[in-house]
Amino acid sequence: MLSVVELILVCLVLTNLVFLGTSRIGLCIRMVSFQGVVLAVLPLLGHGEFALSSLVVSGATALLKGWAFPWLLFRSLESAHVRAEVEPYVGYSNSLLFGVAALAVSVWLGGRMPLPGPGVPQLLTPVAFFTILVGLFGIVTRRKAVSQVVGYLVLENGIFAFGAVALRKAQFLVEMGILLDVFVAVFVMGIAIFRINREFDHIDSGRMASLKE
Amino acid sequence: MLDTLTIIAPALAGATAFVIVNNHARRMLLVGTALAHLVLTLGAFTAPSRPLFDGALLLDEAGRLFLLITSVLFLAAAFYTAGYLKRETRGNRQDMVEGSLFSNSPEARFTGCLLLFLAALSFVCMARNLGLLWVGVEATTLASAPLIYFHRHHRSLEATWKYLLLCSVGIALALFGTYMLALAGGGEVSLSLDALLAVAPTLDPVLLKAAFVFLLVGYGTKMGLAPLHTWLPDVYSESPSVVALMSTCLLNVSFLAILRVRQVLSAAGQAPFGNDLLVFLGLVSMAWAGAFLLRQTDYKRLLAYSSVEHMGILAFGAGIGGAGMHGSLMHVLAHGVAKGAMFLLAGNILSAYLTKSVSGVRGVTRSLPFSGPLWVAGVLALTGMPPFGAFVSELAILRAALAGERYLLAVIFLLLLAMAFIGITTAALRMAQGKSGIPARPEPMSAALPPLGLMLGALLLGLYYPAPLARVLAAAARLTGGF
Repeated sequence: MLSVVELILVCLVLTNLVFLGTSRIGLCIRMVSFQGVVLAVLPLLGHGEFALSSLVVSGATALLKGWAFPWLLFRSLESAHVRAEVEPYVGYSNSLLFGVAALAVSVWLGGRMPLPGPGVPQLLTPVAFFTILVGLFGIVTRRKAVSQVVGYLVLENGIFAFGAVALRKAQFLVEMGILLDVFVAVFVMGIAIFRINREFDHIDSGRMASLKE
Repeated sequence: MLDTLTIIAPALAGATAFVIVNNHARRMLLVGTALAHLVLTLGAFTAPSRPLFDGALLLDEAGRLFLLITSVLFLAAAFYTAGYLKRETRGNRQDMVEGSLFSNSPEARFTGCLLLFLAALSFVCMARNLGLLWVGVEATTLASAPLIYFHRHHRSLEATWKYLLLCSVGIALALFGTYMLALAGGGEVSLSLDALLAVAPTLDPVLLKAAFVFLLVGYGTKMGLAPLHTWLPDVYSESPSVVALMSTCLLNVSFLAILRVRQVLSAAGQAPFGNDLLVFLGLVSMAWAGAFLLRQTDYKRLLAYSSVEHMGILAFGAGIGGAGMHGSLMHVLAHGVAKGAMFLLAGNILSAYLTKSVSGVRGVTRSLPFSGPLWVAGVLALTGMPPFGAFVSELAILRAALAGERYLLAVIFLLLLAMAFIGITTAALRMAQGKSGIPARPEPMSAALPPLGLMLGALLLGLYYPAPLARVLAAAARLTGGF
């Protein structure tokens, strides 16, 4: 059981690195949806015994993260008629360098955190930290609003992975509530991107800078 | 059961508002729901609350207090909105800042989101499960985002995007903290507050502290604590006044979320760690806001930075603990009504003068016979002058700091209060005085009465606390103070 969880965590690390190094927004979106589908397995493993509620959570996760989010993102990308390139402020090789550094820091930091109880893989905290850092980096360094949402989803995936393994007591209401919230968040962000494109003729959030002191 | 209706009624009304075609009927629905919500809230004060979903939803004393201020502010907002929407011109009109054309987003969407926002706020007040608490706080973000984009021009859109992204990321970190709290209990503990409090002494101290930091950063972003407040001035200055008013409720319930987490920290015997962080963030917020208040040229941003300052006061009081927590909760009420009134008055001034610049507004007391004097009184209430409520609460926090022999902190607190006082009064009183460039014109009742009611509330809180309110306040302070 533990080895499957570790395999999933390693998948997360690799897809994060792809996310940092790629220039195509489409590939970034696909990477995030791939992460989502892989992560959907976690609720089935995490809570110990098999239960109907875990199956529902897992199914809903796969459906939302694997299908609904990429669909929404691709739609807003199409409606914006923009070049499908990430156009980051920081170059791709530097982004990858950041990834390696972030991984090292996460492993160091995660090693210092105690892991109470058996059954929690050593990799969990470092990978969660790493994914969160990559997500934050994506939000900060990407110009286009769509890529920022992708960064947010990477961040959310890291937290989801952490929660799915750390919370071994199934909490159906909470998990479904969180999924619903994230879905609405991406939906509202999608609408906002559509509006931004109509209003500004671009979705470059770096050029939206009229509000400041 | 009565208390769950405070969630269900606005949620249903909100869903209905989206499909009602008749504008008048929709506005009546808004006001009616607001009245019903206040009645239900007052009813919940007398009836004991029964736990639902294994104690995940329960209206305790702290929840009651925050629900009350939310409900009162929403009632004022609803009355004001009904008149405001009637006065708003349809179709395209000119943006007063840049002269380009813009239109409003549909009124049904605005009203619906406003009611859903209320439902989410009530949900947060009742949530006694940290997971559901997070769900509620995130729901408030999502329900309020469309409200900011009511005037569809590029500045409000920019503010909406900033709000969505910053708050979602901040809140995501709070979720990480929540999970970490579960991990501190070995992963077997549920996220219910009661369960966490019961096992608090056995929680892993390192993970617990890390969890608190993440939760404080996450909910602190929504509460507008510096340096995580950057979305707040933009949102307040670019959204309608009613939305700014309701955002005050949003800041309040985020404070409640932090207090809930601190309960766990205190029960685990780690209270000093959390308190020091709260005092530090509180003073940083006050100083940061003070610096921006001193040179502020936009009066809506002035009020926004004043909110950051007051959130700093809340955090400071909570961090001092003891009587400071009591003062902090009093300040939630006193600041809520005073700031609510000020936002509505700012809306009235804006619609009369058509500028947000402080230097463009003179002689408000002459040109607006209701709003002018209320604006002056509101400035005094907001800066903690007697006889208004904020004076009593700020004094209580100061006395708690002195009683705890934290003299240096008390002096810094006083200095920062003085700084904010100078910043707000110089700008806001200058607007009130002088010769007005526009003809005197009385405001419509729907624009004058809600701020008047709120200001009377601010006055009442300075002079007299009704016995049931004082009782709930004391119980809430005991509950959240961890002593």
